[in-house]
Amino acid sequence: MRLIIPLAITFTSGMIMILNFFIPHQPFALLGENLQEWYMIVASGAIFLGSANLLHVHFRKTRLKLKNWKYSPVTIVGFLVMIVLGLIYGVTENLPFDYLFMNMVAPMGATMFSLLAFFVASAAFRAFRASNWRATLLLTSAFLVMLGQVPIGAMIWDKIPLAKVWLMAIPNTAGQRAVMIGAAMGVVATSLRMIFGIERSYLGGAD
Amino acid sequence: MNRLPAVILLLLMLTAGAAMSQSGGPPPGDEVRSAALEQRVSGPMELEAVDSPDDAGGAVDINWLMEAEGTVPDSLGVIRTGPSGEEELLAVLPTGTLLYRDTTPLNGTAYSYSIVSYYGGEIAGASGEVQAVPSAQWLYRGRVGMMIILVILTGIILFYIESGKKGRELYIREIAGLAAVDDAVGRATEMGKPVLYIPGIMDMDDIQTIASMVILGRVARKTAEYGSPLLVPTSRSVVMSVAQEVVKEGYIQAGRPDAYNKENINYLTDDQFGYAAGVDGIMVREKPAAIFLLGTFYAESLILAETGRSVGAIQISGTAMPSQIPFFVAACDYTLIGEELFAASAYLSREPKLLGSLKGQDAAKLFFIILIVVGVIAATIGQFWPPLESVAEFLRDLVTVN
Amino acid sequence: MADIFTRMGNLDRRIIFILIALAVIIPILTDLIIPNIVGAEPSRDLFEFVDALPPGSNVILSFDYDPSTMPELQPMAEAVVRHLFLKDHRIIGMALWPQGAALGQDAMSSLSDSLGKEQYLDWVNLGYKTGGGVMIVRLGTSMRAIFPTDRDNVPWSEIPMLQGINSLDDIQLVISLSAGDPGIIAWVMMAGDRYDIPIGGGCTAVSAPQLYTYLQTEQMVGLLGGLKGAADYETLVGIENGEAIRGMSPQSVAHIAIMLFIIIGNIAYFTQKRKGGAR
Repeated sequence: MRLIIPLAITFTSGMIMILNFFIPHQPFALLGENLQEWYMIVASGAIFLGSANLLHVHFRKTRLKLKNWKYSPVTIVGFLVMIVLGLIYGVTENLPFDYLFMNMVAPMGATMFSLLAFFVASAAFRAFRASNWRATLLLTSAFLVMLGQVPIGAMIWDKIPLAKVWLMAIPNTAGQRAVMIGAAMGVVATSLRMIFGIERSYLGGAD
Repeated sequence: MNRLPAVILLLLMLTAGAAMSQSGGPPPGDEVRSAALEQRVSGPMELEAVDSPDDAGGAVDINWLMEAEGTVPDSLGVIRTGPSGEEELLAVLPTGTLLYRDTTPLNGTAYSYSIVSYYGGEIAGASGEVQAVPSAQWLYRGRVGMMIILVILTGIILFYIESGKKGRELYIREIAGLAAVDDAVGRATEMGKPVLYIPGIMDMDDIQTIASMVILGRVARKTAEYGSPLLVPTSRSVVMSVAQEVVKEGYIQAGRPDAYNKENINYLTDDQFGYAAGVDGIMVREKPAAIFLLGTFYAESLILAETGRSVGAIQISGTAMPSQIPFFVAACDYTLIGEELFAASAYLSREPKLLGSLKGQDAAKLFFIILIVVGVIAATIGQFWPPLESVAEFLRDLVTVN
Repeated sequence: MADIFTRMGNLDRRIIFILIALAVIIPILTDLIIPNIVGAEPSRDLFEFVDALPPGSNVILSFDYDPSTMPELQPMAEAVVRHLFLKDHRIIGMALWPQGAALGQDAMSSLSDSLGKEQYLDWVNLGYKTGGGVMIVRLGTSMRAIFPTDRDNVPWSEIPMLQGINSLDDIQLVISLSAGDPGIIAWVMMAGDRYDIPIGGGCTAVSAPQLYTYLQTEQMVGLLGGLKGAADYETLVGIENGEAIRGMSPQSVAHIAIMLFIIIGNIAYFTQKRKGGAR
C-alpha cells in the first residue's frame, strides 16, 4: 500500500498533464490547471519545511556544542532578523528589510559569484594545454571567444568579434544541441519510467 | 498583408492621439458633442469574430481594423447581442486596441458582435455585426505532430522495456563516472573522511534532481557498508526530505539503520550563491575525501568543483546542463555528460526493465537522428528542387509546437 | 631558464588569484576606459526588435535573478528599462526568482521619475510568483488569476495600464533577465513555443552558450550575454559611461591576464615535455 498510493498518484497526475497538453477540452483543461495550482501551493508550503529544518539543525548544533558550532548562532540570528524585519516592514524600498537586503544580501551574493572569475582563471591555467590537435583547436577557440567578448578584441582586429559570434552560433550550437537532445531523450525516458512505475528509487523507501 | 498600411497609419495617428485624449468611457458634454458631429471620426471596419481556437470553449476572439482616415475616436466599445436579442456593452477599450477576447459566452450559442467608436461622448461610428458560436475542441491543432512523435517514442521505449522484461540480453557500455562510485566511497573510508553529496540546486520537479536521488541511494548504501559519514546539504526543502528518505533506505538495505544520521542531510538555503558559499564552507571545514556533484547546476558549478579540488577530494560530477559540463570536465575526476546522468539508474541496478528503457531511449534517439539528417538534406536540396522543400516543410511542421 | 618555466607550470593558485584581482582592480582605480564596439551581435538584434515595436506595446520584463548576479544583470535591466521607457512602451515587471522583484523595482523606479514615467500608467511591478514554468503556462490563460494584485498589494482592477490585458496574448514581447532556472528557457518553452510570444533575454556570460541555440531557431529575438551584452545595450541606447561599459576595461584586462596564464602554462608544458623527451 505504501508503494501503490504514490505510484498511482504519479501515474494519474502524469497522464493528466500529458493529456492536458494535447486536449484543450474539459475536464482535462480544468484538471491540468488545478494540478498546476496545487504544485504552486505545495512549492510555497515547502519553504516552511526548509526553515524548520534549518532552525532545528543549528539550534541542536549550538545546544550540543558540536564541531564548528560557533557558526550556527550567526545563521540563526541572520535568519530571524530577516524574517522579523520582513514581517514588520514588508518589502517596501528603503525600509529595514529592503535596506539589509540591498546592502548585505546583495553584495555577499555578488561576492560569491565573482569568485568565479578567480576559479575560471585557475581552471583555465591548469586545463588548457595544447597537448594534441584537438586540444589546440579548443585553445584557439577559447582565445577567440575571450577576445571577442571584450572590446579589446575588436581593437586588435575587427573580425575577432565576428569569429566569436560564428564560434558561438555554429560549432557551439551544434555541440550544445547534441547534448540537449540526448538529455531531453533522457528526460522523456525517465519521465515515462516514473509515470509507468518502472523507476521507483526516487520514492525513497519504495525501492 | 493588405492590412499592414492601415495598421501603420493608425499607429502613427495614435501617437498623436494619445496626447490629445485620455481613453476611457465616453465623456459627456454638449459642446464636444456638436464638435463630434462636424468632424469625420475614424470608425471600426472589417470586423471578424471567431471561436477561440484550441480551448475548452467559452471564448470568442474578435478583431477589427480602423479606418485610416478621420479623427481618432476617444474610445471603442464592444457590443454583444445574445440569443435573447438583448444588447450588452462588454467593454470600453482604449483606441488602438484591435483585438478583444470575450470570455463570457456559453458554448454552442450564437452571439452577434459589433464594435462602436466613441467621440465626444457619443457613438461616432459602428462596424457591421458578425456572428460567432463558441465551442470546445478535442485536440490542439498545432500539437498533433508532437503527439505523433510522443506516441512513437513511447512505443519504442515501452517495446524495449518489454523485451528487457522477457530476459533479452542487453548490453550497456562502461560509464567511467558510475564505475568509480564505489572506489570513491572506498577511498573516503580508507582516509577516515566523510563523503559529500551535492544534488544540484533545483527542486524535485527537475528530472536531473530525481536522477541524482537514484545515485544517492547507491552512494548511501556504500557509505553505510563502509561506515563513512555521508553529508548531503540541499538547497531545496523537498529535496532534503526526499534525500533523507533515500539515504535512510540505503542504510536499511545495507543493514546499518543505526548508522543513519538524519542531521547530516540538511537544508542550507534556496539562494544560489548562498548555497554555494555554504557548501564551500562544508568542504573547507570537513575536508571530504569524495565529492559527488550530480544534478542541475548553474554558475556555481565551478565554484563548487574548484573548491572541492583544492581540498584534494576525488570528484564525480554529472549534469545535463550543457554550459556547465566544460567546468566539471576541467575540475573533476569523472564527469557524467548529459544523458549518462539519466542512465545511472539502469547502469547501477542492471534491472532488465530499466536497461530496456535505456535501449529504447537509444532507439528513439536514432529515430531523431534520422529525422534530422533527412530534414537537413531535404532543406538543403530543397533550395534547388522544390519537391524536397515540401518534405522539409512537412518535417518542420511535424516538430513545431504551437 | 627551463626551470623557471617548470616552476611557472606549477604556479600556486593563490598567485593566480592575486594577479587576477590586480587585473580587475587597477583598471577600475585608474578609470581606464576602453570604448565599446557593437558588432552584428544578438544584443543588437534585441535592441532593434524593441526599437521596432509600436509605441505603447505591453512588454513583460521578468527579473529572474538575484543579487549575486546583479553585477552582470542589473546594468542590463537598467539599459532595457530605459530603452522601453524612451520608446513609450508599458513595462509589466515580474519575477520568477523571489529576490528579483526587489531588483526590478529598483531598476524601474529609479528611471521612472527621471524619464517622466508614472507607476501604474507606464510601469507596474507584479512581484514574485512561485512555480516557474507552470506559472508561465497559467499566464497564458489568465494573468489576473496569477497576479490578483501587484507587489504592493494594489488590486489588478485598480491599475489603469493593466485594463485590457487578460493573458499572454495581449503581450507583445517578453524579456527575461535570467541567471538560471526558472528563466529564459522556461519563457521560451512556455510563452514562446506555446503562445507564440516573442522572447528576448539577458543572461550571465556563463549561460550564454546554451542560449545561442534558441537564437538560431528564432525561438528568441535577441540575447544579451553577460556584461558585454549589457555594455552593448548601453551603447545602443546611448548611455554614456554606463556601468557595464565601464566594466569592459577590467574585463578586457582580466581576459588578457587569463590568456597570459594559459600561454605560460603551455610554455611550461612544452618545456617539460621536451625535457622528458630528451631523457
